[in-house]
Amino acid sequence: MTTTASTAGSPFEYAPAPESRSVVDIASSYGLFVDGEFTPASDSGSFKTVNPATEEVLAEVAEATEEDVDRAVRAARRAQEKVWGPMPGRERAKYLFRIARLLAERSREFAVLETLDNGKPIRESRDVDVPTAAAHFFYYAGWADKLEHAGYGPDPRPHGVAAQVIPWNFPLLMLAWKIAPALATGNTVVLKPAETTPLTALLFADLLRQAELPPGVVNIVTGARATGSALVNHPDVDKIAFTGSTAVGKRIAKEIAGTRKHATLELGGKAANIVFDDAPVDQAIEGIVNGIFFNQGQVCCAGSRLLVQETIAEELVERLKARLGTLRVGDPMDKNTDVGAINSPQQLARITELADAGTAEGATRWSPDCELPSSGYWFAPTLFTGVSAAHRIAREEIFGPVLSVLTFRTPAEAVAKANNIPYGLSAGIWTEKGSRILWMADQLRAGVVWSNTFNRFDPTSPFGGYKESGYGREGGRHGLAPYLIEGSTY
Amino acid sequence: MARTTKALTTTRTAPERLGVRKTYKLYVGGKFPRSESGRTYEVTDAKGRFLANVAQGSRKDAREAVVAARAAQATWAGATAYNRGQVLYRVAEMLEGRREQFVAEVAAGEGLPVRQAELAVSEAIDRWVWYAGWTDKVAQVAGSANPVAGPYFNLSSPEPTGVVVVLAPQRSSLLGLVSTIVPPLVTGNSVIVVASERRPIPAVTLSEVLATSDVPGGVVNVLTGFTKELAPPLASHLDVNAIDLAGAVGAEGVTWGEVEAAAADSVKRVLRPAPGRRGEDAEPDWTEAPRPQRILAFTETKTVWHPKGV
Repeated sequence: MTTTASTAGSPFEYAPAPESRSVVDIASSYGLFVDGEFTPASDSGSFKTVNPATEEVLAEVAEATEEDVDRAVRAARRAQEKVWGPMPGRERAKYLFRIARLLAERSREFAVLETLDNGKPIRESRDVDVPTAAAHFFYYAGWADKLEHAGYGPDPRPHGVAAQVIPWNFPLLMLAWKIAPALATGNTVVLKPAETTPLTALLFADLLRQAELPPGVVNIVTGARATGSALVNHPDVDKIAFTGSTAVGKRIAKEIAGTRKHATLELGGKAANIVFDDAPVDQAIEGIVNGIFFNQGQVCCAGSRLLVQETIAEELVERLKARLGTLRVGDPMDKNTDVGAINSPQQLARITELADAGTAEGATRWSPDCELPSSGYWFAPTLFTGVSAAHRIAREEIFGPVLSVLTFRTPAEAVAKANNIPYGLSAGIWTEKGSRILWMADQLRAGVVWSNTFNRFDPTSPFGGYKESGYGREGGRHGLAPYLIEGSTY
Repeated sequence: MARTTKALTTTRTAPERLGVRKTYKLYVGGKFPRSESGRTYEVTDAKGRFLANVAQGSRKDAREAVVAARAAQATWAGATAYNRGQVLYRVAEMLEGRREQFVAEVAAGEGLPVRQAELAVSEAIDRWVWYAGWTDKVAQVAGSANPVAGPYFNLSSPEPTGVVVVLAPQRSSLLGLVSTIVPPLVTGNSVIVVASERRPIPAVTLSEVLATSDVPGGVVNVLTGFTKELAPPLASHLDVNAIDLAGAVGAEGVTWGEVEAAAADSVKRVLRPAPGRRGEDAEPDWTEAPRPQRILAFTETKTVWHPKGV
């Protein structure tokens, strides 16, 4: 299934190395996880979740109604007031440590399920998503009994009930980013996973059973946009944490205007990955590839705009094309696969539409010769050259494996082009000159600046955007602030 | 009329001498323009006696102020923290020199006995000094070195958000004003302040202090006029990064929720008015000790990664 044209028949052809699907049991249907129990939706409604690599239906999942959301928020409120809020921090810490350990113990199960439900290569879910999720719980566990030393006053208090809405690109990892700091600070949670990727969140509910987390501390309500909207607009929710599109983030900000609900918004991005003529080219090539093809480019901080210094542009693009020719696109369950499936037909349609706009607006499109599987949702790694700053593919978030190449002459021009966009989530700099890195890092209006690396994440490291990429930080000491009354500004 | 003139000037004139009155203008980009609309409105003291005709800023004046604030922001943010601290401290020195004038204006506008007005002015000057000292400390308190699990240098530090609109408190015309405009200046934001609608005179005097200080033109822009007219275009302006809604409380025809909603389309950072003791909308007691949270509300945390290796 996994193919790359350029290596076919070469001595470097890989034999298939499929991960076993049998390590995880998928039930035929799942209920909502409310107050420690799985229950059907109040109107018995459900939706299907499919494997985007095969279009096989994996399970039927309950679709939470407004009534179900209300039940979940009540459960969370009760648990916060009666159990989780009054619990000493060091006891909360031990629950979180347990969760971290259980995630590590069951990591293979979670990795396989994530890949089946999301379409991302098993290599990524195994090496990035699941271990980083476990690390997040481990990190925040240690904060639970040290909050008075975190810089938010002598007795920082939780908001109460946190409503958390997460995207489909890193389903389990985003769950961890949301739940770990919320619980560490004494909040309880109602979490809505993305419609197309609910399964690892539901498996996480089973993990919570093993951890013996008190009922109601974490509630998981699956569903689509209506469920998310019911949750965000529930009057008894104190804090909202949302990761997703800028359009939905703006809607949420408008909906909670004039209320006392606090919000953290992690929204879209259109990162510039800037390569200077003195860059370490081999590393830069790997960084560019990782920046835009990691998780099929379905990453809010993806390096989707490559800004190359004019003098090396031609050579760099040639080498980049050669490297793209070795990317293995196909079966996400194959351990050799580099680029997996697009998560949904809707997302595939959006990528296709924007890439077509790139061609229509006059940019030059290139993809390596690769045969895509006949079922499932696929998009070949794509490179656009001759892109101008006005093109849609240079301005709009594509959220797919599509790289737009632009050029610049001076550092000042690189900064101007990088910043000339409403987004400001991340940026990359490639140069061997230390003083230039630090100067560039100061100038770039982005929350995360990767220099001579890209797409690195760590629980201790704050992540979040400038401008229309949202507000609030997740990760590190900063990630506690939005969950504490004394730390919250918005 | 002689009495009101006396109330607003520091020079003690002989009773028979007719005072020279001031024309009250906007302060935009380091200059003192009239409102482009040509409009003014009458401002009175707490007892309803005429004090001044003040410029009634328009939407266009607001847009001009955004342009000036944007143009000035990079230079202000690019100054060293030490330098910003010195420049801000120098403003406090000059406020001290205008003490008497501010006391007279605060007493007249807020209807306070002179003794209380003096306390408010003293507190405002001391607060300015408190904030001036924060410029080179914020990054140390709010930043962090992050021990990531890998061979990487990883540092987070606060940076200014950019252009900040401050709806200045309606009641506390100098202490409230200082308490809201200086925090965003500390880290290098530029500010557009919509002065208290009914008590704008200390804000105008402050702009005269700023014009003769070392704060570059455009870093602080002062608009007088009606909050309900100026707040909406500033809240929805795409080149404004953040807004402090303090003065949306108690302003005629304004609810802070509506202003916040207008700010949502550009994902602005919105500092809501703090709820009163019973959760009601009320202007806070500005004499309470300040906290650095007002500074941090107008910062962005930037995290920089770099590999370590030989």
